[in-house]
Amino acid sequence: MFENLDSNNNIIGRIHSFESFGAVDGPGIRFVVFFQGCGLRCKYCHNRDTWPINAGMEYTSNDLVAKISRYKNYFTVSGGGVTLSGGEPLLQQDFLLELLPKLKKLGIHTAIDTSGNFPITDKIKRIIDLTDLFLLDIKCINDEICKDLVGFSNKLELEFAKYLSSINKPIWIRQVLVPGITDHEEDLLNLKKFLSSLNNLKKVEILAYHDLGKFKWENLGCNYELADVPNATTEDVARAKKIVGVA
Amino acid sequence: MDFKQWDNFNKAGEWTKEIDVRGFIQSNYTPYHGDSKFLADATDKTKKLWDKVLDLYKKERENGGVLDADCKTPSSINGYEAGYIDKDLEEIVGLQTDAPLKRAIMPNGGIRIVEKSAESYGFKVDPETEYIYHNLRKTHNDGVFEVYTPDIRAARSSHLLTGLPDGYGRGRIIGDYRRVALYGVDTLIAEKKVELEILDTDEFTEDIIRRREEVADQIKALNDLKAMAAKYGFDISTPASNAKEAIQWLYFGYLGAVKDQNGAAMSLGRTSTFLDIYIERDLQNGILTESQAQELMDQFIIKLRLVRFLRAPEYNSLFSGDPVWVTESIGGMGIDGRTLVTKNSFRVLHTLDNLGPAPEPNLTVLWSNNLPQEFKNYCADISIRTSSIQYENDDLMRITLGDDYGIACCVSAMKIGKQMQFFGARANLAKTLLYAINGGRDENSGKQVAPKFAPITSEYLNYDEVMEKFDQMMEYVAKIYIKSLNAIHFMHDKYSYEALEMALHDRDEDILRTMACGIAGLSVVADSLSAIKYAKVKVIRDETGLAIDYQVEGDFPKYGNDDDRVDQIAVDVVKSFLRKLQKHHTYRGSKHTLSILTITSNVVYGKNTGNTPDGRRAGEPFGPGANPLHGRDSNGALAVMNTIAKLPYEYSEDGISFTFSITPSALGKDENTKINNLVSMLDGYFKQTGHHINVNVFNRELLEDAMEHPENYPQLTIRVSGYAVNFIKLTREQQLDVINRTIHERI
Repeated sequence: MFENLDSNNNIIGRIHSFESFGAVDGPGIRFVVFFQGCGLRCKYCHNRDTWPINAGMEYTSNDLVAKISRYKNYFTVSGGGVTLSGGEPLLQQDFLLELLPKLKKLGIHTAIDTSGNFPITDKIKRIIDLTDLFLLDIKCINDEICKDLVGFSNKLELEFAKYLSSINKPIWIRQVLVPGITDHEEDLLNLKKFLSSLNNLKKVEILAYHDLGKFKWENLGCNYELADVPNATTEDVARAKKIVGVA
Repeated sequence: MDFKQWDNFNKAGEWTKEIDVRGFIQSNYTPYHGDSKFLADATDKTKKLWDKVLDLYKKERENGGVLDADCKTPSSINGYEAGYIDKDLEEIVGLQTDAPLKRAIMPNGGIRIVEKSAESYGFKVDPETEYIYHNLRKTHNDGVFEVYTPDIRAARSSHLLTGLPDGYGRGRIIGDYRRVALYGVDTLIAEKKVELEILDTDEFTEDIIRRREEVADQIKALNDLKAMAAKYGFDISTPASNAKEAIQWLYFGYLGAVKDQNGAAMSLGRTSTFLDIYIERDLQNGILTESQAQELMDQFIIKLRLVRFLRAPEYNSLFSGDPVWVTESIGGMGIDGRTLVTKNSFRVLHTLDNLGPAPEPNLTVLWSNNLPQEFKNYCADISIRTSSIQYENDDLMRITLGDDYGIACCVSAMKIGKQMQFFGARANLAKTLLYAINGGRDENSGKQVAPKFAPITSEYLNYDEVMEKFDQMMEYVAKIYIKSLNAIHFMHDKYSYEALEMALHDRDEDILRTMACGIAGLSVVADSLSAIKYAKVKVIRDETGLAIDYQVEGDFPKYGNDDDRVDQIAVDVVKSFLRKLQKHHTYRGSKHTLSILTITSNVVYGKNTGNTPDGRRAGEPFGPGANPLHGRDSNGALAVMNTIAKLPYEYSEDGISFTFSITPSALGKDENTKINNLVSMLDGYFKQTGHHINVNVFNRELLEDAMEHPENYPQLTIRVSGYAVNFIKLTREQQLDVINRTIHERI
């Protein structure tokens, strides 16, 4: 089965962890690979331990493909596949360029869960071509808030979304609803406007902010800045969905 | 044979010429591929009756778990007058004793257990009955302990072997109760008389004499069954003539069995598709409506939910929450490729909606990838809402068992009416490993339990040395294990023979008997050996040289993560232990089988097992069945499934149990996604050759609240290893074990 996979097996990927049963990170049942390393500094990050870039387990693309293939029986019946998440998978572009063609060859549906905070280089274009679906986090459409919340401007991620749209790549957009920060009506209306400009937008998800990842910050001895922010309630999410105009 | 009760049935095949229920089903059933929209709500009559039962449940709880008990009359098939809940409301009648939830005593298994059970609930066995069983009538329990050898006693009291059915009924025998409905009891008696003629041989051996005696007992049991039914006003000597009678006749068969035997598991078999044939005929003839059909099924299920036995607290610590394992096997595929799902497969599951969730009957779906999609979706929907269903791999079992097998107890598959098992509880292989390290001394007591041989004395454990000694110790355990089971089943046959259940089986010479052994602590053994192999394990010994603790230095592959390095160790242990068992002669030439199933005894096994080399602390529960130890699996649910699916069913034909719990939100965002994901998960797991899975969908908070406010959760049902249980009936220790166990969730 893997006779052609021996070649191009030179690059080491750094992987934080796996979730073999992902039911919410793409269509069907997903094997979720959490990549190690992230450049953003989202204050609400619930995988704080994925930030450092030189940590994690080391995998070759062949080893990772072999691992993922063990779950094909679950993918085929559910219309699922693999979701590359993190951390930030697009920080390991050379590894992805080795990995994605192998998954494609095995007929495994691929999704990348990314911030999209990258310029559209040739390499990124090739990765996008090899990927079936993007789960794109729009941190906040209001750039001032975005900068404060995640440490970066949203300019690149919006460009990233526009590029995906221009080549008709299927997209899921997700935004975390943080009470008092990303839930202003005006911003949500602007988000709605931006989303209406995208082609092939398959799904928009408003995810309720929760503090369940807080303990990871504390375990690492880091200060959790959002300590006083309440969790978003079901009503909060319903309100935001109504404004953005999603079901 | 021909009966007017068989009008409109297709008589093709052999079923009218000899006892052949499968043949009848194959010639007459109607596969159903549609959805659940046809189902009817509970009728007013059913609702009123169920309310009365709920009220009785409440009284039973308030009374400390047992509502009432008759401590004078030893139970027997025809030992009681007719009893009712409310005669006017009951469509299906018959109770174990003369009143609902009133428990009977069955002292043939052992009088001391009966006395203890009665006393623990504030009752006292009648002095005359006590006198008889202490002085005049020997019991199974007496017989076993008379012949037990010192090595068996030592293994038993040190918990190397536990849960052995030497003081309680072995159960796990399924009478083919359908035969009562299809043929009527007189035909069955006539067939048994033919067997007596065959057993009139020139060589009148011990075996032949025993079998003649058993058949004579069977004929007596069948006559008693007729007499019992007559007390309720029914003549079951001839076949059932309509759906209502078919259910009633079948239930009388089962009722006779639970009046006769307090077996650990008293399973029902595979009845719903059989009954569908009668229901379809009545619907076609216009003498039954869908609502009436559902009423009959609801009321049948109510009766099954009332089955009770008087059991001792020790029993409860092994098999918690008063289980009976009225296991009903539903669905599956036929050998000819048609599905065995019928409308009645839906109706029986629908009782969980009409009456609310309940642990009994133990509803077991025989899953095949080829089951109708609508049925799969319906099962998943019910599972998500009630956590009351278990699933077993029909595609795997059909290979060896055909398409008319059923599940006894939790995971033990057997051909209905053609196969039975000698239930053998389980051996504690985690303790076996500790004995290997300690040269046969018990890690808790320090006593020499197994024969003395050189213990390991090195500071760090060496994998090859441990494996060699573990292998020797498994040889020893296999030997005493079979010895004890031979004694138990010899005596059970002699003093507490299941005459009625065996009367509803084929001729003795055609029956396959299995010697159903079991393993507890498999994941602890696998992780311990993995730690020894891939990390460094330092031994901590007391002043007598006894290894009492272990320090693990470094990381090691852990069972439950789809990692071959450790999973293969588990596979090898299973294969090796079965082969060792096979070296020993079994009672009645029964076939050695193995299960990886603990029921709730994983808690008590863990309690009696010291620190293990994987870092598990003394007293901590084992994983249930084939589950990993909680917290050891770090790659999510499917990785656990892939690990468990590697365990070879061919070497563990008595079943491999996996208990799976997930929060609703981790299963998907909306209802349809949840259903689709659960169906896909089951399809995938069984394609991967997994054997069994319990599916629980709940939040931890719900269980915590139920612990604090049990009165608010009278029907909260969860699946534990191989059965379902009212959560509030578990001991606090077991409730905590369930709550602490891995519940797959997503943050």
